[in-house]
Amino acid sequence: MGATGGLTLVFGLPLAVALFFFGLAAYERRMGLANGPGFFQRNGLAVGLYLVLAVGFWVFFVIVLPQFSMVDMSFRPKLPPSQMGGPKDVFTLENYRYFLFGSTTSTSSWNWIHIKAFLLTIGVSIAITLFNFALCYPIAFHMAQSAGAARLRILLLLLIIPYWVNEILRAFAFRVLLSSGGIINKLLLGAGVIGEPIDFLGADVGLYMGLSYAYLLMMVFPLYSAIESLDKNQIEAARDLGAPWWHIHLFVVMPHAKPGIASGCTLVFMLCAGALAAPLVLAGPRTLWFTPIVYDRFYQAFNWPQGAAYAFILLVTCVVFVLLVLKMFRLSLGEITR
Amino acid sequence: MTSGPLQRILFAVYIAVFFLYLLGPLMVMGVSAFNTPQYPQVWPIEGLTLDWFSQLFADQDMMYGLRTSLWIGVLVVAISVPIGLAGAIVMTQIQPRVRSAYYLVVVSPVLTPGIIIGISTVVFWREFTTLTGTKFLYDGIILTVIGQSSFISAYCMLIILARLQRFDQAQQEAALDLGASYPQVFRHILLPFLQPALFSAAVLAFLSSFENYNTTTFAILSEKTLTTVLAGRVRQGSTPAISALAVIIVGVTIVGAIAYELWKRRADAAAERRLRAAQAAEESELSGAAAPMAA
Repeated sequence: MGATGGLTLVFGLPLAVALFFFGLAAYERRMGLANGPGFFQRNGLAVGLYLVLAVGFWVFFVIVLPQFSMVDMSFRPKLPPSQMGGPKDVFTLENYRYFLFGSTTSTSSWNWIHIKAFLLTIGVSIAITLFNFALCYPIAFHMAQSAGAARLRILLLLLIIPYWVNEILRAFAFRVLLSSGGIINKLLLGAGVIGEPIDFLGADVGLYMGLSYAYLLMMVFPLYSAIESLDKNQIEAARDLGAPWWHIHLFVVMPHAKPGIASGCTLVFMLCAGALAAPLVLAGPRTLWFTPIVYDRFYQAFNWPQGAAYAFILLVTCVVFVLLVLKMFRLSLGEITR
Repeated sequence: MTSGPLQRILFAVYIAVFFLYLLGPLMVMGVSAFNTPQYPQVWPIEGLTLDWFSQLFADQDMMYGLRTSLWIGVLVVAISVPIGLAGAIVMTQIQPRVRSAYYLVVVSPVLTPGIIIGISTVVFWREFTTLTGTKFLYDGIILTVIGQSSFISAYCMLIILARLQRFDQAQQEAALDLGASYPQVFRHILLPFLQPALFSAAVLAFLSSFENYNTTTFAILSEKTLTTVLAGRVRQGSTPAISALAVIIVGVTIVGAIAYELWKRRADAAAERRLRAAQAAEESELSGAAAPMAA
């Protein structure tokens, strides 16, 4: 970001948006679309200022401008601080070129290591999302529709406890469980199923299980709250009319629970694709997950513009995934973030 | 569903497998915290020990990280809850035609991967503090608080918004008719009504901040929190001291969950009593008013 251009944007954008709202309010009042007291009349000066400043700080300085500067940086070359904003500080695609071709200038060979890691991350994240949905749907249905109040409390408590153990410790638990001297290998050896310990972690079984485990509850809770709002009588009616059980789920419960399903799936996918702790703790020596590569761009290669480009690629992928899910389920964003 | 004996058994097996998957790894880790071998081991139990706990408390970096994490948690609560409250109130007052755009912007941090929030926070504040000559703001703890606040404020807003939508506008109109000013309505009617949601939001904000790793690891710069120290320790190798930390966290969580449950029951009971008292008062007033007329 150039010095003056940057500052103009940082202070100009909030100002422009404030003017827009002022104009919109005046326009609606003149057209008779709005009546009643204005914003500051309605809240009083002190509360009104608090609302504007708090939301303004949040929207501009915490959400929009940081995202903007990350994207901006991803299109710029890596320069020493003294040359920033100088004649060499121009827009370039070299960071994206590096992701695809492994070089900032040539396009002769593909950067397979990074591309493979990226595709693997996306593919595995989708698979884990589907697996978690299949695993969590029955229990969510049971909790929402047939469990008694006392049982429900116990189930919720059991679900919530692992939720607050942080991600690194959850991943660490899988390392204890699956390592070559771990309990699973000991059990299998003891039962005579295998002759020598299996290297679960090297084969990435640990990573996939750890990821699925870490975000299990992100699937259960949205499903549960969506199914809970379904009127029990609808299921009764379907059953009385002779629908088999899978018909009831497919054509009565799931259409109703659509927002919950979509919200669970987007959350699990996004968290998996962006997971950093589980790959650090559980990945085998040859595994490449995309987020550790992004991390290394910043704190190993010290190439921030390149890291920003990689992060932006990940962000765009997640946005595309959310949009696809919304389109598939014919939903709006407001319906899934409830 | 239709429950034949076979289906019942299958479902019971499924529930058992589900909770084994959910709780088994934590239990295994928990047991290894009390076992003597250097490497976290569950079986055979070679001897019971509490050494791993004392080793954990003797770990200077870990304790320093814990203090930083607690501070960051408190600061995040102090920032995110007011922002979430303002965000929710603005949501109900903003012009309908821009409401969905506003919603999209403020909810987007929830759907953004944590590492991207961390990266963008660091990139922006590095440039901003350089440009404005406020380099002292470019500090790991401040950046972490800001980065975490972006999505934790959104959580808080969603919780508060859910309660705000049940707010009876008639209460506000009644207060205004009786001569209250708008700030008075905010202070004496809206805030007390929102109080349970504000409390839940504060608890959720603190816990989310405390356990966060993805955003923190980028935004923390040269500082240390519990999760970043922990990540370093886990990468160096496995020791049962890490299991001991997990045991403590699970223990605190269970105690906290039970305390919350008790608090909620008491609050529900108190609300019930108030409702009954109000009904009784109303009835006695009605019968009191009716009595003289009968006489």
